[in-house]
Amino acid sequence: MGLDKIWVFGEANGDAVASITLEMLAAARELADTVEVFMAGDGDDYAEELGEHGAETVYSTGDLDGGLQGVAVAAAVANAIEEGDVDAPDAFLLGTTQDGRDVAARLSVKLDTGVITNCVALEADGDELIGSEPVFGGVTDVRTKNTSGKPGIFLIRPKSFEAEGVGGAEADTEDLDVPDLGAVGAAKVTNSHVEESDGPKLDEAAIVVSGGRGLGEADAFSLVDELASTVGGAAGASRAIVDAGWVPYSMQVGQTGKVVKPTVYIAAGISGATQHLVGMKGSKNIIAINKDPEAPIFAVADLGIVGDVHKVMPALIEALKSR
Amino acid sequence: MKVVVCVKQIPDPADPGALDPESKTLVRDAKLILDESDSYGVEMALQLVDAAGEGEVHLVSMAPNNETAGLRTALAMGAASATLISDEALKGSDALGTAKVLAAAIARQEPDLVLAATESSDGYTGTVPEQVAALMDLPSVTFAKSVAVDGGAAKVQRQTEAGYDEVECPLPALVSVTAGVVEPRYPSFKGIMAAKSKPVDELDLGGLGIDAGSVGWAGAGQEIVSIADAPAREAGEVIEDEGDAYERIVSFLDDLKVL
Repeated sequence: MGLDKIWVFGEANGDAVASITLEMLAAARELADTVEVFMAGDGDDYAEELGEHGAETVYSTGDLDGGLQGVAVAAAVANAIEEGDVDAPDAFLLGTTQDGRDVAARLSVKLDTGVITNCVALEADGDELIGSEPVFGGVTDVRTKNTSGKPGIFLIRPKSFEAEGVGGAEADTEDLDVPDLGAVGAAKVTNSHVEESDGPKLDEAAIVVSGGRGLGEADAFSLVDELASTVGGAAGASRAIVDAGWVPYSMQVGQTGKVVKPTVYIAAGISGATQHLVGMKGSKNIIAINKDPEAPIFAVADLGIVGDVHKVMPALIEALKSR
Repeated sequence: MKVVVCVKQIPDPADPGALDPESKTLVRDAKLILDESDSYGVEMALQLVDAAGEGEVHLVSMAPNNETAGLRTALAMGAASATLISDEALKGSDALGTAKVLAAAIARQEPDLVLAATESSDGYTGTVPEQVAALMDLPSVTFAKSVAVDGGAAKVQRQTEAGYDEVECPLPALVSVTAGVVEPRYPSFKGIMAAKSKPVDELDLGGLGIDAGSVGWAGAGQEIVSIADAPAREAGEVIEDEGDAYERIVSFLDDLKVL
């Protein structure tokens, strides 16, 4: 085994540990002798689940009183290392999420070391980590090694690793004190809104049906919703129609949205821009419906239908409903 | 109100260039253009200054070879002036090195608000804005889908995994915006003509007071070990819809036993 210790940034959805955190724990276990978690909030609430997935200790800041995680968590980690309260890990792993990116960027300035971003695979080389990043929409792999002489900071794309419990004991919990942040910590959350729809979650569903510009108009997205609910799947969207305001960002699949790897991905009226392909190329089976035979989506589709979504989708929905 | 917008000038995404296996940097032969992601920040800044009734928009960009083509597009949209940092020693800079340069250039402007895109369309590390904020000791709100300024504070809707948060942040501050925060205007002919004579302050590292050893390849602290083609996903069966293609989808799903 290469590294002595890896720290994984912990995130939570309510009472449960976020999938990305458990995925990174699975990767970290293979690379280091000791795996620990650092997070905002109360680590006691997650110590059992994190321990089950191999974390030995959870360092947590406690409630941030509406403050954003980036500034607070990075300051707390840098402070703890500087004060000698903790031994610095050999590497930090954080998810490519809103808060993961904020913490990684703030931490990189505190420690004056770069971030290796968009990693989908990790390997140990001696006591350093190498991260693999797909570029140009996934046609080229770039492997980058931390050579800073300081702990490497790696941002990991969701769904890069399989989360798997290993029956570990409940993790120990330790406090991570947030120093006085002054004006830098002045941004406060005043209200939170949840936009997720009913049914299975987009990044967990076995079948995902996504719609794009080819639907023509916002109202036509009802075809995507209806097909998704008919097959018990989740509805997703390309960035183009999220930007156009047809559906909320929480439905976006792609580089800047969610990464999905369902058993079946159905792309309706999506041309397959790089931005989108990055988020769904890992699906086990891809079905594409698009009227342009030259659309890039057909290059990754297992089954491609060159046709009008307004004809194919209603016929498909009716056929499935009548069974 | 003074708003500084970070803009990146990138190769045309339709012709993205390639990674040179020898130098391990992006080969950028063609003219650079304004990153579309940054047009949202420029538009947001122009609208915020309009709403405030006073102030101006200043652009800051780091680019090789004193490239200004993309900056001129943003100036044509309505920004008043720009700072461009160009230096051979910046080659190979990672996101942190880039942030150090941008932060030093932005600080000279003493802005009330700094705007940036959430991530560039070519590198998409998504860390530069927050690193700039950290280097400048500014509070920040990333992933904004809506921004307003009221009573000396930015009021931001920040995207989250599940939806969005309403966040308040006193100025000065940095906000990174997503595509879709506003609809960018097209530069008018008058704007394009006016942009030709707007001031662009060109600086090198010496002019910014930055040590060349802390940026570029020297400062990156990471080494590209290899660049290789990724295994391609093979295209499958493609059929033309003759009115019965839905049946093929049904049988495809049946074979997978997912229904």
